[in-house]
Amino acid sequence: MAIFIDLLLNALVIGILLGGFYAALSIGLSITFGLLDVVNIAHPTLLILGAFIAFFLNSTWGIDPVLAGLIATPLFFAIGWVIYQIYYNAFEKSGAESLRGLAFFFGLLFIIEVGLIIQFGVDHRLVEAWYIGESANIVIGSEIDVAIPYRLLVAFVVAVAATLAIQVYLTRTFFGRAVRAVAQDMMALRLMGVDPIKVKRIAFAMGVATAGIGGALMIIVLPIEPSVGRLYIGNVFAIVVLGGLGSISGTLLAAIIIGIAESIVATFFGPSWSPAVSFGILLAVLALRPEGLFGKTAGAH
Amino acid sequence: MTRILANRVRVWLLGGLMAAAFVFSAPLATTAEAQSKDPIKVGFSMALSGALAGGGQQSLVAIQLWAEDMNKKGGLLGRPVELVFYDDQTNPKNVPGIYSKLLDIDKVDLIVSGYGTNLIAPAMPIAIEREMTFMGLFGMNANAKWEYEKYFSILPAGPDPAVGFSEVWFQAVQKKFQPKTIAVIAADAEFAQNLKEGAVRNAKAFGMEIVYEENYNPKTPDFTPILRAANAKKPDAIYIASYPNGSAGLVRALAEVGTDAKAVGGGMVGLQFAGIMAGLGPMLNGIANYDFFVPEPTMNLYPGASDLIDRYQAKVKAENLKVDALGYYLVPWAYANVDILGQAVQAVGSLDQDAIADYIRDNEFTSVVGKVKFGKNGEWDRPRTLVVQYQDITNNDLSQFSKAGTRKIMLPADISTGELQPFNDLRK
Repeated sequence: MAIFIDLLLNALVIGILLGGFYAALSIGLSITFGLLDVVNIAHPTLLILGAFIAFFLNSTWGIDPVLAGLIATPLFFAIGWVIYQIYYNAFEKSGAESLRGLAFFFGLLFIIEVGLIIQFGVDHRLVEAWYIGESANIVIGSEIDVAIPYRLLVAFVVAVAATLAIQVYLTRTFFGRAVRAVAQDMMALRLMGVDPIKVKRIAFAMGVATAGIGGALMIIVLPIEPSVGRLYIGNVFAIVVLGGLGSISGTLLAAIIIGIAESIVATFFGPSWSPAVSFGILLAVLALRPEGLFGKTAGAH
Repeated sequence: MTRILANRVRVWLLGGLMAAAFVFSAPLATTAEAQSKDPIKVGFSMALSGALAGGGQQSLVAIQLWAEDMNKKGGLLGRPVELVFYDDQTNPKNVPGIYSKLLDIDKVDLIVSGYGTNLIAPAMPIAIEREMTFMGLFGMNANAKWEYEKYFSILPAGPDPAVGFSEVWFQAVQKKFQPKTIAVIAADAEFAQNLKEGAVRNAKAFGMEIVYEENYNPKTPDFTPILRAANAKKPDAIYIASYPNGSAGLVRALAEVGTDAKAVGGGMVGLQFAGIMAGLGPMLNGIANYDFFVPEPTMNLYPGASDLIDRYQAKVKAENLKVDALGYYLVPWAYANVDILGQAVQAVGSLDQDAIADYIRDNEFTSVVGKVKFGKNGEWDRPRTLVVQYQDITNNDLSQFSKAGTRKIMLPADISTGELQPFNDLRK
């Protein structure tokens, strides 16, 4: 019994921490795709770009990866700004964003990936930090020992802090409310004298900016090579949809639910079942609640 | 004005997309020396991007070195050698199309495989249908189901590779620790599954009880729950069959969660790659893994391999190539893969695929990986896998891995440079 409790507690703790990590990968997409309806399929590759910047700063100057991610964040804000401006001028403005816009982001994905291969090569890269490969142990009695890997704890804390900051910004500030308004009714916003494109541009840039810190967390948690972002396209979109399009806190909670489900299944039923359970949860939730766990129904608008 | 600007932006974007499409699909053909208008074309797919690109890129450089060597010597059958290759992106789905294109459009004369079982298996039906002699680079039991008589494997795992690959690891562990129980963790991929199948058979043959046997999805970001679940069964040894992402993830999980198992490792691909070795550093201490070539003083099985690796490292440095800086893992084998085919072509004196295959099957070859003789299913007639244990790694400096002492040879006994230590004795 003690072994079961030990495994369960460890699975829960790892699941919650893993959920925080998934949230860090998904939160930017929750803004760009969830709120702004821009299918930024290049988001995972932007995360890889963030990871490589963290790797470069860490391996060249020994800068802590989290700090490197924070340093890169303004750069990613600027990148997001430029990407949206191009996307708007070329596609959204003429109403051609649905298919051509998707092709645009696919193209962006390939260009970033090839650029990374040219610059850094194809080897797997890892960063060095004191918290990687170390863990804190909480011992209860003689048989229960909960290990908390610091690299996952760091990812969790940073992800939760970033999510809360974005949530507060979007709900408590004038501009944040404007972003939510642009997601609901762009025409109404325009009639009130606000430039919805400007609002969307800044919001999109915010979403992309999260790839700076998200990428740094990614390379803290797992080894990175230029194409690894493609593996996570399905996961991040699934988490955003599960949480409810446009719900930032919903994305965090959905990520934690997926993290816990994967961890418990991997521990008790075998890791090969983990992806099936994650997407099974997504299917079940969408069947019962098509707007996602925390999304607003059409009537609520 | 805005519309003109938008149109220009569109044109640039389309240009960018076309450039990207070109990079991903254009044949990366190279002619080492334009000696003749009628070269012998050697075609292959290679993992130049994706999860196995760390191995694929160093294999490509090795094959290019072979082509240079051949052309300096006057080519094959007096004709220059030309390489035609495409990036399979470590995606098995791309492989059949690449080999069809190589044979139908590029009209290559000879084919060899890309790197790794997952990318050899999907090429087999094309090679069989076209009756081509097919050299496989690090294919784990890739011909077991096909039994194709013109397939030849460059993997020193013996006539039954699934068993032979891990047998030496089990011998080393059995001799030192006599484990009663074992956990087996494997990636859900062709190579790892074949390896796991052999490991399970070896475990039973050595009288070990398998207390945990699970596969993991290659996308798994964190391995601590898997290791926890395995540890809960209190195994004396843990055998791991993993690809690079999983190998690095499991090594980190071992550092964070730990284990009481005395022996850990076995079939972990990627721990031989320069980037991963440097990134993991001291976390590797204690892992006992397979390898094929390490810079130990007794490593004299392969005359010429050290010179080749020196040339590889010099080329990487001189041309600032973004590939594995060391090249120990794959360079000699990728070179031998084409070298043996080239030797057979020269000996036969033609490009007749039946004659080439007959010659390879009936003769022993001497290449940079020593003497090679093929047996059943084109596999090596005897295994020559090393068991090494990572020891005395103190930091993340890559240069330590090019010196003796960090990957000591446990088996084969005649070239052993160290003694297998319990996993936890080598942890800090």
